[in-house]
Amino acid sequence: MATWTWLGLRLGSATTRWPRPDGDDGQSGLLGMPRFHPQHCKSACRECVDVCPTAAITQAPSDSDTNILIDYGRCVVCQLCTEVCPSGALSPSEDWAFGTPERTDLQWRKATDSAAGQRLKARIAMFRRSLHIRHVDAGSCNGCESELQALNNPFYNLHRLGIFFTPSPRFADLLLVTGPVTAPMREPLLNTYQAMPEPRLVMATGTCAVSGGISGDGYNTGRGLDGVLPVNLYLPGCPPNPAAVIEGLLVLLERMPARVKGGRLER
Amino acid sequence: MIAPAETQSLDEAALGTACADLLANGGRMQMAWGYKPSGEGRVDVCYLAAPGPKRPFVVWRVRDEGSIPSLAQQSPLLGWYEREITDLLGVQFRDHPEPLPLVLHRGARATCPPLDPEFPGRAMDFEHVLPDLPAVSGADVQLLPFGPVRADVVESARFFFFYVGEHILHYQPQLFFKHRGLEKRFEGRDPIHAVVLAERVSGVGSVAHALGYCEAVEAACGVEAPQRARRLRVLVAELERVYNHLHYLGHLADTTTLKVGQAQGRLLEEQAKQINARLTGSRLLRGVFIPGGVRRDLDPDREFIRWVGALQRDTDRYVHALERTTSFRDRLHDAGVLDRQTAFDQGATGPVERASGLDRDLRRDHPYAGYADTELQVPVQQAGDAYARFRVRVAELNASFEVILRLLPGLSRASGLRAAVTGRPGGEGLGWAESPRGALYYAVHFDGQGRLARVKIKSPSFSNWRVFPYTVHESNMMDYAINEASFGLTIAGCDR
Repeated sequence: MATWTWLGLRLGSATTRWPRPDGDDGQSGLLGMPRFHPQHCKSACRECVDVCPTAAITQAPSDSDTNILIDYGRCVVCQLCTEVCPSGALSPSEDWAFGTPERTDLQWRKATDSAAGQRLKARIAMFRRSLHIRHVDAGSCNGCESELQALNNPFYNLHRLGIFFTPSPRFADLLLVTGPVTAPMREPLLNTYQAMPEPRLVMATGTCAVSGGISGDGYNTGRGLDGVLPVNLYLPGCPPNPAAVIEGLLVLLERMPARVKGGRLER
Repeated sequence: MIAPAETQSLDEAALGTACADLLANGGRMQMAWGYKPSGEGRVDVCYLAAPGPKRPFVVWRVRDEGSIPSLAQQSPLLGWYEREITDLLGVQFRDHPEPLPLVLHRGARATCPPLDPEFPGRAMDFEHVLPDLPAVSGADVQLLPFGPVRADVVESARFFFFYVGEHILHYQPQLFFKHRGLEKRFEGRDPIHAVVLAERVSGVGSVAHALGYCEAVEAACGVEAPQRARRLRVLVAELERVYNHLHYLGHLADTTTLKVGQAQGRLLEEQAKQINARLTGSRLLRGVFIPGGVRRDLDPDREFIRWVGALQRDTDRYVHALERTTSFRDRLHDAGVLDRQTAFDQGATGPVERASGLDRDLRRDHPYAGYADTELQVPVQQAGDAYARFRVRVAELNASFEVILRLLPGLSRASGLRAAVTGRPGGEGLGWAESPRGALYYAVHFDGQGRLARVKIKSPSFSNWRVFPYTVHESNMMDYAINEASFGLTIAGCDR
């Protein structure tokens, strides 16, 4: 066993100081949600609408002030729209921290007035510091799980923030759900929620859980959590990276402000 | 013609003889799938056979005229494929040894099989019903149903253990809680951009799935990717193997309660994923491949080489520490033994079969992408236990680092990145990849407009989940988690 004691001591701490300002979030080079620049968008063009695999981008009705509508709750970050856009109206970005309590804040709109946070405040004032999470995979591709498992690696070390995964729903404050909710997982998911004590929170993690993503609305799948459970935080991403999950959790605990307003990330 | 495989139309009566001949000559069945072309009343069942290393794949195509004889008695690994074809396309297989639903749970009610072109586009009715369980009885025998919601952050599945004290008498996994019907979602799509779907079949196999899919579409359209694109495919595929195998080692250390070992394995995996993001913009290496080549150029510069080199050194040190730890090795030796014959018959693949003495690797035996000119060591172990599976993965990890670092100087910028591809009306193709978990196949069929009419996905975990229970029966509870970790299974790819 001396091998491991020595190795651990010699390697020292590997944990980032993020989200403190002097810390590294570890996501250098990572591509996030495409950014929309309506002033560059050409009116007769449908390239992005046609290529989007999840109908996150749709043609806007003729009376709107933009040509397209974007719902980032449906975006799987595939980047195809940024590749086909002829005018640079959709560009690659590093905007991956897309967790928000308001589903409507995932939809792009011109004005960014938002009531985000107010609804939250009333419900969860009692979870400010520590939080226990029960995770349920309701039909994911395992991409979300791969990133959730990374939360407890020494780099992110979720425990340092007072946030823990718990095996039993009886001890859980938050139900963290991935996947579009397949038919066989619907009942186990609802049973897990019922087994949790109140007050309880629900976080839709990954685009599948937010809207169904690429796998929703099939012969054996639903459209994510809406209509299944009350959702307190929506975190689209395919998959959301561990830093995005942490930021979402801290937004939920009101330890960080919600930054997504009108489909844009405030910086 | 399901290019590049030699395709033979067979009468159902000739199927048994063809299978017997194949097996007698050292061949092995690989998979089977059904396809019902729109407007035609009948289903074609296709069987993929591998006559042997370096010999081209063969597809047998049989028209369903009411029922087809089951081949599961001759080649047991086909049992699951036949059950899946019954679930999804309604084909009946005569004398099947396990005539039970597989992919659709017993409570699924469909008026029409879901992969039938006539299927109405809405969700099936579903009611929760327990699966069929064998009658295991006797004094003190207990039944433990575990899942589908289990401890920790894991994928959903349910396991039934019949046990006495510590001793497991019988083990039955119930999978397909996560069946998303992904194969159906390809139907009617443009073959180029549907690669985004393939990348999302199994998150930690995004690269292998995209690669198998692209190669299948390219084969169907008679297109070859340019050389630089093929080399980049090798680079990205080996990066996928690196982070997956590092995850595997950390997980194995976790199940043997080696806490620092677990943390270090997870940290190395994290470092690999951060390297992935810097190179490709995606921690899971998504968004690089497209039929015809790659979507954009990658620039593995000197800094990239330095990162990979550092990761290789740290991995080396880590593996040596694991090897020096007797408490770790002791738990792996003789745990979950899979003998060679069972591995062959039940269809084990990837590191699992190579740890049971089967010397197969698609990268070497049926080269694709840029593997034809890649020197590759294929490690094989004979013991078939958890330690052998660990050794094979460690050796593969080393080999992947070697391949990556050797490949970089030869990445010529002379050729293009992407050949033009358009869906060929009526075209059919087969693609494959040796994913970190083993053999993965895609079969694609185009319709008359060159759009996707049918896509069959065979992921390695579909094969290895079928094999795994044979190592659990008559073992003990204390070894279960270690044994499961040593298989390195995923569920998303299996369930689809």
